[in-house]
Amino acid sequence: METDNVKCTEFLKELTDYLDGTLSESTRAELDEHLHWCHECHVVMNTTKKTIEIYRDNQIYELPEPLRTRLHQAIMSKCRCSKPSKEKN
Amino acid sequence: METIQKRAGEDISDEMMLVQAAKQGDLEAFSELVNRYDRNVFRIAQHITHNEEDAQDVVQDAFLKAYQNLAQFQGNSKFYTWLVRIAVNEALMKLRKRRNEKTVSLDEDVETEDGSIPREVADWAPNPEQIYGQSELGDILRKTIQGLPPGFRTVFVLRDVEGLSTEETAGMLGLSVPAVKSRLLRARLQLRERLAKYFKSRKNGDGQREVH
Repeated sequence: METDNVKCTEFLKELTDYLDGTLSESTRAELDEHLHWCHECHVVMNTTKKTIEIYRDNQIYELPEPLRTRLHQAIMSKCRCSKPSKEKN
Repeated sequence: METIQKRAGEDISDEMMLVQAAKQGDLEAFSELVNRYDRNVFRIAQHITHNEEDAQDVVQDAFLKAYQNLAQFQGNSKFYTWLVRIAVNEALMKLRKRRNEKTVSLDEDVETEDGSIPREVADWAPNPEQIYGQSELGDILRKTIQGLPPGFRTVFVLRDVEGLSTEETAGMLGLSVPAVKSRLLRARLQLRERLAKYFKSRKNGDGQREVH
C-alpha cells in the first residue's frame, strides 16, 4: 500500500479532535478524504473509537452495593460530627 | 455510540437546591449528593490508585472535605466537577504515599512516545468485547489501563470514561487545554495498541505496520 507519511502524521495529530467532533468542517473533510484511501489510518481511527467505547460501556470498577452502603454510612456519620465552614459574605 | 452514558449532574437546578440546603446543614440533602456521585468518585479513585482500600478512603475523605468546604463552592462550576477535583487530589495523595514518593506528578512520563505511534494496524474482530466473558474482559481492561502512566490514565478516565469536557478536565487537573489534548491522544493510542493483541481479527495476517 502506498502511504503518504505526511498525511498520516497529520491525521494522527488531529485524531482526538476528529473523534470528539470538534474540528472545522474543512479540516474534517480533508481528513475524511485521507481516510477514504488510507486503510491504515482508517483502522487506527476505528479501533481507537472502539477502545473508547469499550472502556465507556464496561465499567471495570463497580462499587458493590454492600460496600456502598457501608461507605455511605461512614461518610454521613463523619459529616454529622463535623460542621460545614461558614459561607463568606 | 450505542450506549449513551448518563452524564453526571443532569439536573443542575435540582442539584443547586441540594447544595444550598446542604450548605445550611441539611444532611439529607448532602446524603442525596453522595448517592448521586459515590460510584463515579469510587471509579475515578480506583483508576488512579489501583487499590480498593485507598479508593474507599478517597470516597470518604473526598465527600467529607466537600461537606466541610461547601461554603467555598460558589456555583461557578458544577458541583460534580468541584467534587471530582477534590477526589483527584485525594487519590493522587494516596498514590504518592503508597509509592513513598515526594510527588506523583501529572507530568510524569509525558515525554515518552512509547505506544503513541501506531504499529498495530490489523483490524479488530467485529464485536471484540464478545470474544471474552465479562470477567475476563474486565481483567484485560484493568490490566491494560493500569499500564498507563498516572497522568495519562487520569485524563483518559475523566474525559472518556466519566464524560467530562476537555476544559473541565484541564481546570480540574491544573493543566492547559493543549496539555489535556496531548495526554488524551497518547492515552487513547497506547490503550488501543495494547488492546489490539486481544481484539484483533485473526483473519488478517499479523497487521504489523512499517514504522516510518
